[in-house]
Amino acid sequence: MFNVITANRLADGVVVFLTADRGWSEDFNRAAVERDDAATAAALARAKDDEALNVVVDAYAVPVEERNGHVAPKALRESIRAAGPTVRRDLGKQAHGQAPHSGPTAVVEAEHVSL
Amino acid sequence: MYHYDDFDAAFVAARVEQFRDQVGRRLSGELTEEQFRPHRLMNGLYLQLHSYMLRVAVPYGTLNSRQMRKLAEIARKYDRGYGHFTTRQNIQFNWPALKDTPDILAELASVEMHAIQTSGNCVRNVTADHFAGVAHDEIADPRPYAEILRQWSSLHPEFSFLPRKFKIAVNGAAHDRAVVQAHDIGLQIVRNDKGELGFAVYVGGGLGRTPFIARKVRDFLPERELLGYVEAILRVYNMEGRRDNKFKARIKILLHEKSLDVLRGEIEAEFATRDKQALDLPPQEIARMAAFFAPPELDPKRPASDRVERRKGKDARFASFFAANVTPHRAQGYVVVTVSLKAIGAPPGDATADQMDAVADLAEDYSHNEIRVSHEQNLILPHVALDDLPAVYDRLASVGLATPNAGAISDIIACPGLDYCTLATARSIPVAQRIAQKFGDGARAKSIGPLKIKISGCINACGHHHVGHIGILGLERAGEETYQITLGGSADENAAIGQIVGPGFSSENVVEAVETIVQTYMDLRRDEQETFIEAYRRVGIAPFKEALYERSAGSDI
Repeated sequence: MFNVITANRLADGVVVFLTADRGWSEDFNRAAVERDDAATAAALARAKDDEALNVVVDAYAVPVEERNGHVAPKALRESIRAAGPTVRRDLGKQAHGQAPHSGPTAVVEAEHVSL
Repeated sequence: MYHYDDFDAAFVAARVEQFRDQVGRRLSGELTEEQFRPHRLMNGLYLQLHSYMLRVAVPYGTLNSRQMRKLAEIARKYDRGYGHFTTRQNIQFNWPALKDTPDILAELASVEMHAIQTSGNCVRNVTADHFAGVAHDEIADPRPYAEILRQWSSLHPEFSFLPRKFKIAVNGAAHDRAVVQAHDIGLQIVRNDKGELGFAVYVGGGLGRTPFIARKVRDFLPERELLGYVEAILRVYNMEGRRDNKFKARIKILLHEKSLDVLRGEIEAEFATRDKQALDLPPQEIARMAAFFAPPELDPKRPASDRVERRKGKDARFASFFAANVTPHRAQGYVVVTVSLKAIGAPPGDATADQMDAVADLAEDYSHNEIRVSHEQNLILPHVALDDLPAVYDRLASVGLATPNAGAISDIIACPGLDYCTLATARSIPVAQRIAQKFGDGARAKSIGPLKIKISGCINACGHHHVGHIGILGLERAGEETYQITLGGSADENAAIGQIVGPGFSSENVVEAVETIVQTYMDLRRDEQETFIEAYRRVGIAPFKEALYERSAGSDI
């Protein structure tokens, strides 16, 4: 199972993703994709180190899958977390072009929702 | 309204500085997240799906223009330009930074507001009827008692670490607008045969995964004994409430497991041992508190307004607003205006900073500086002269706040759901938006009449779905959002838990299911006067079940 590692930045709470260079990015699309359980466990351990260093809080692994050539979270919850509220497209990461390239979901209802 | 005395001001200011120190120590790494979490929660700061979330108390739903302007300022300066009014008469900011929260709390303290005990296993914001002090059917204003309870329960050393959160509501009118029977303690103000004021005391109500309507433990509690009795209930609960299982920790479970008679016996026994000297409320203290909530001096007015009648005659939209959002005031020639935060297609309960400012200005110009927040996620201008209504309406309309739908099908309670909440299993707001768009606020909605739809995005039931005439509960099944519908719930003095109508519906089909339910009601009601809930109580669930699952395509789950 593929995973990315996510957490919230301590100082401002912003959702961040662990990158290949051991940094944290606000952009899901820059997240390092861990391709097996061992890699996921190792990445999560690095994230927990950053928790101990008070960089981030509540780090965990997010199952992802490949869809239309792009990596996207499997669960709706994680898609929304990686993009922003589906009812406020002007807010969150989606407002800065940082949403996952193919969110499952949200889009189904977007056309019905006027703001 | 209540004003802080020197003690209150010093107390709240000290708490802000204490939290500033705690945040500083957290950011520096001196405190771990585990050590810090209880501190932030005791100050209303959660970590939600996208960010931190700060829940600010609006005690018993009353605030003034200055406070509302401060909320608008905080929304602009520290958040994303809006706030979300909740079913517990609080406001939530969805995007604050941890490092800014001490400054936000200091700003709140400058207008006598705080976020103390808006989270944690303690006594939460005490809520009340949003028409308190102006309702025609009021026995007494619930807010002085709510304020007494607030002061008594704030940082109460014995009750700051209860088995679970504890919610108290006070209602002062014959009609229950405060949902007292869905609270851990519900206090209904009554008069006894001698005409003395007191409370019918309900215990053990609550929604969530195990919903219960509260049971009455006392028909009449003299008002002076309020604190002693509430203390007795809390003490029994604190000692005996379950701490081994979070899902069984509320007092409703204790009542259910012990039985009403046994729990009542224990409460009464505890009550008999109370320190009367310390806890009985002296009449002068009740009077002192009541004076804070004395109604404003309203100039006598004629009972009717030509200006309003003329406008109604030529402006159907205004006439609809008058019919739905305007309630008679106790004082002749005045009305209570419900400001709908349910514009068609908008997230229920959200208000922009500009809208908050507009309401603050209107309250200052037309409502004696007073605003209320209702548990139904609307705002109230409680003291508007009838003659001023057209002007108030026009200004509300100019900022998108004149939707004529109070109490109607599109006046939907919805929790933040999966769009914001880390506990949610499905989205609530988009369902509310689509239902509102389906039925609108025009002729169709009017012909449907009063109908309360309440939507929760998980079993914790912040959206009060159990007590909605139509309740919708969002769940997740096999990775998909699915919505379970309940019918026949009620949040007033005839409180009832809704009955599950059958298998759930997909997000795509849930609005159509609501349409089927509404159409079934329209077809079977005796006449236009028979409301949805009256018709439901007459015919039961069967016709709705049949319409949903036999005549139409049925559930798709």
